[in-house]
Amino acid sequence: MIQDYFSLAFKNLKHRGIRSWLTLLGIFIGVTAVVSLISLGEGLEVAVASQFGISETELISVEAGGLSGYGPPGSMVSDPLRDEDLEAIKKLGSVDKAAKRYIQTAKMEYNDNLLFGYATSIPSGEDREFIYSQLEVEPITGRLLRDSDRNKVFLGYNYYIDKVGFEKEIRPGKTILINEKKFEVIGILDRKGSMLFDNVVYMNEKDLEELFDIQDDIDIIAVLPRYSDEMEKTKEDIERTLRKVRNVKEGEEDFTVSTPEATMSTLNDILSGVQIFIIIVASISIFIGALGIVNTMTTSVLERKNEIGVMKSVGARNEHVFYQFFVESSILGLVGGAIGAIFGTLIGFIGTQGINSFLGADLTPNINFSLIFFSLLGSFLIGGIAGIIPAMRASKQNPVEALRS
Amino acid sequence: MSKKKSDKENIIIELKNVHKHYQMGENIVKAVDGLSMKIKEGEFVAIMGPSGSGKSTCMNLVGSLDVPTNGSIFLDEEDISTLDESDLAQIRGKKIGFIFQSFNLIPNLTAKENVMIPMMFQGTDPFIREEVAEELLKLVDLSDRGNHYPNELSGGQRQRVAIARALANDPEVILADEPTGNLDTKTGNIVMEFLEKLNRQGKTIIMVTHEPDLAQSHADIVYWLRDGKLEKVTKKKNGKSHKEKLKEMKWR
Repeated sequence: MIQDYFSLAFKNLKHRGIRSWLTLLGIFIGVTAVVSLISLGEGLEVAVASQFGISETELISVEAGGLSGYGPPGSMVSDPLRDEDLEAIKKLGSVDKAAKRYIQTAKMEYNDNLLFGYATSIPSGEDREFIYSQLEVEPITGRLLRDSDRNKVFLGYNYYIDKVGFEKEIRPGKTILINEKKFEVIGILDRKGSMLFDNVVYMNEKDLEELFDIQDDIDIIAVLPRYSDEMEKTKEDIERTLRKVRNVKEGEEDFTVSTPEATMSTLNDILSGVQIFIIIVASISIFIGALGIVNTMTTSVLERKNEIGVMKSVGARNEHVFYQFFVESSILGLVGGAIGAIFGTLIGFIGTQGINSFLGADLTPNINFSLIFFSLLGSFLIGGIAGIIPAMRASKQNPVEALRS
Repeated sequence: MSKKKSDKENIIIELKNVHKHYQMGENIVKAVDGLSMKIKEGEFVAIMGPSGSGKSTCMNLVGSLDVPTNGSIFLDEEDISTLDESDLAQIRGKKIGFIFQSFNLIPNLTAKENVMIPMMFQGTDPFIREEVAEELLKLVDLSDRGNHYPNELSGGQRQRVAIARALANDPEVILADEPTGNLDTKTGNIVMEFLEKLNRQGKTIIMVTHEPDLAQSHADIVYWLRDGKLEKVTKKKNGKSHKEKLKEMKWR
């Protein structure tokens, strides 16, 4: 008997118009969102982490700005970090090294193309080696900057493979205009897989200070703790010192000290926020999808009133009619879910491929069969639940009235 | 077909003082108002009357699609006026085959699937369903149309599929509501021939019609209804008596 309902349902659904199938859009979108989100899972995390420039660094970074802490680099903040802050940090016992970094938006011209990008500074002296080793930069061609270099830059990998928009690759020896000033390119960095490295122009601190007319306005202080297992203590030391130097009370800091763990966890917060948002959107669209099924099934019951009458006249009990519509509705949900699962998996595959080719990573999509199974089961059940009321209405039709229509 | 043979002819359907009243706004419509009749096994009965005479309501009651507000209806000696809707459906599926004026085939199912539907509700084995359906389609000369959908069939063919469907559970009674109403004379005659043939094979046929000619030329007994009441009963002249026909019955 059960297989009879299924085969009847399939026969009926086969003859449904496009209108019925459009109501599946909600369930389709919801399931696609959930399945693709989870399939992408790890890839998404790696992609975002690398875009935030988070690698396995041990650096603590200090930025101006209060609790929000996420002012974009180079943006104006009310009270910037100054050299006296840097000096104070350097004197701390728990700090091994500290160096200032500038990050500025720069206007660049090459091959008659103009675009904006980030220019960042490399300090001189022993801080240079410190920063190089921390950034783990290696030239793929040419060399890195030295203290004696003036008006020279090295570039991120994306300039080399012409991915930034100059429509022409840049090699060492070429000259580019940065804020209308000529700079000689002396090297290109190997690919790092993050725009924060690959799209950046690196120049000596002096050059950058002159070019952007910077007096005493540090964007970031990079701090290497003396002991890598004392991140938190070092962070507290820095905070205490800066409060004193900058004369602010605890809780009213106009600077932010972040450890890699903290940044990672902030990042995870953002990611899980995004995931929660997607899941909420998915739930809403599944709910709307369910309402769509209620709607299309109710219409179907009205349209097929005569058929219900016929079914009853040839011996269908109320529950026969109920199950027929119930199963039909369940299958409707299942079909929406199945298409969604296929699309979601596809997006997972394509998305991971995209992340891989973009970041040079080697991620595999997270194809979770129990996830697919449960999303199919879920959409089947949602279809069924949505069909309960219409199916009950169908089963309660009076045969005489139903036949008359 | 085992049946308790009473000394007299078997009564298959009996209406005892049946009333069917509807509330229509403030008025009570007496669609059927104190109707009694006995339909014997193997009879070809016509229920005749102009529109509004209550014949449709009468058919619904006889066909157990509806229950009376008052009075009793016996189908095979069982009082069906007290059954609930689902039990009624079960009994009607087994004992009564319906033929409608507008065929009422299910459009999304092929001819054969339409014939198989009544058996599904009786829980017949799927293989048997298929076999029986093929046999019945052969009986109505539609063996080659089994896989066609209703909209691919002519009116006459559709009505023959409906006849095959009506026979699916080998019911004792065939209830035909204006079976030729939507057909031209020629195809109508073919359908009537099938009904007569079934009657000769022992099926009780109850036909509802508003055409006196049709009623009188085919039915053994015609019940004339007017205003929900029995106006008169006429018997077919020269017709074989019911007893004579019983003797000729070829039991299936």
